[in-house]
Amino acid sequence: MGTVFTLFKRELASFFATPVAYVFITIFLILSSVFTFFIGSLYERGQADLLPFFNFHPWLYLFLVPAIAMRTWSEERKSGSIELLMTLPISTLQALLGKFFASWAVLGLSLLLTFPLWLTVNYLGQPDHGVIVAAYVGSWLMAGTFLAIGMCMSAMTKNQVVAFILAVVVCFLFVVSGSNIVLDAFKDWAPSIVIDTIASFSFLTHFESIAKGVLALNDVGYFLISITLWLYASLLIIEHKKAD
Amino acid sequence: MIYVNNLSKLFGDFVAVNDLTFNILPGDVVGFLGPNGAGKSTTMKMLTGFLAPSTGGIQIADLSMAEDAKKIKKLIGYLPEGAPAYGDMTPIQFLHFIAKIRGLKGKHKAERINTVIKQVDLLGVLDKPIENLSKGFKRRVGLAQAILHDPDILILDEPTDGLDPNQKHQVRELIQNLAKEKIVIISTHILEEVTAVCNRVMIISAGQLRFDASPEALLAKSKYHKAVTLHLSYPSDISGLLELPGVIDMEHERSTGRVTLLTQNGADVLHDVTEHIKDRRLPVDTIFVEQGRLDQVFRDITQGVKA
Repeated sequence: MGTVFTLFKRELASFFATPVAYVFITIFLILSSVFTFFIGSLYERGQADLLPFFNFHPWLYLFLVPAIAMRTWSEERKSGSIELLMTLPISTLQALLGKFFASWAVLGLSLLLTFPLWLTVNYLGQPDHGVIVAAYVGSWLMAGTFLAIGMCMSAMTKNQVVAFILAVVVCFLFVVSGSNIVLDAFKDWAPSIVIDTIASFSFLTHFESIAKGVLALNDVGYFLISITLWLYASLLIIEHKKAD
Repeated sequence: MIYVNNLSKLFGDFVAVNDLTFNILPGDVVGFLGPNGAGKSTTMKMLTGFLAPSTGGIQIADLSMAEDAKKIKKLIGYLPEGAPAYGDMTPIQFLHFIAKIRGLKGKHKAERINTVIKQVDLLGVLDKPIENLSKGFKRRVGLAQAILHDPDILILDEPTDGLDPNQKHQVRELIQNLAKEKIVIISTHILEEVTAVCNRVMIISAGQLRFDASPEALLAKSKYHKAVTLHLSYPSDISGLLELPGVIDMEHERSTGRVTLLTQNGADVLHDVTEHIKDRRLPVDTIFVEQGRLDQVFRDITQGVKA
């Protein structure tokens, strides 16, 4: 565990030694406010909750998280530092976890820094704090899933741009598979079990109830299992492709 | 301590390393030579556990790479080709990171870091991001992390590439001072480096081991081994030199006045040659016995493979 922590600290420091973390957090805060106030109409709804804020998270993460994830492995392979990393007495899993938790921490920090929104709804009315905490935790879990997908794509290529695009595409599939556009296409001919299965893979489906403050075991489980599976896939890909 | 058995590595159809078998014992300072793409770096990557061999096995300090890679990695210090490092870190941050990963602690850690900083002369750049450093400093940061935990086995892929002559000298001294009971493996393109620091030479070409002996033995393979080279101040009749016993051939560059006498099986002909020069009053201003020419031996060994 000590090794993972050392790696975690290095990765985290590297986010803040470069402009990556600052740019990311700034953009995240600006975009999430824009979505919440202008598109989500937080004021006009006249309700003291953060639903308009959380509802846009899947779409916000769709572009922002791959931007954080794209460098994780691509950069190591491009610069050759992966050779240094993998010849240190650490396991690939430890390296992977260090990287994942560092990026996840940056995402968590970005979320925490949206606290003025919470203060705003507190000022406007009496929100249900339990709901908001649950939604924050759920959003962070979902961000972790986006991140695990992005890291897996980053492990596949040396090129950060390719990693970014691949990650956006794969994440997009997971987001829209629950939307009506996709489901309507299947509705006429596919049996309902197929439609339910497709919908159940979607981040939207699982995040919907979380955004309303319901942390159901199956939704939380879905994100945790997704994270594990995508990280495991990254592990296999890195082991296989690290020297290419 | 390093036992390599029938080691091969294939990338698709391309055979990068072809059935290498060798042992390296403590005290060996091995110079790994070979043309670009010969399989030097691939072999080093397998020795350090970065790449898994396609077939064959590596045993280091009674541990098998296939089973105990992590334990073996603790024993090895490795400078990968191009000395990669984390560019956004400063050398001091980087060394602290490596020290922690290597499990160095407290006072010992501080001591080791200070020692290597002095050894590779990094004091002036400790707080500059590595990506802003010159090629020479980057290489030295890479060396510093490789020797930080005072490893029993040091594997350096082109350690002096990009260094100026002073820095090269410094690095060679460093390696010579390290290697008393340690194993050092250096890959290089600089042939003189091998005679300067190594006590064993391995030449790899097309993935195969072509030569494995001492640098002296490598020199002895040269047709210029013990050849006598002399320089004439002005042109003169030197045909008599070719008739001296032991001399089998003569190379004469008329433009420079340089004459090289090749000898049979490294026979000692200097005495006869000087006698002859004295008798004929030849206008010789320089005369010396050659050790052998490494570049020519290198070409013979490595290009012979393709023919």
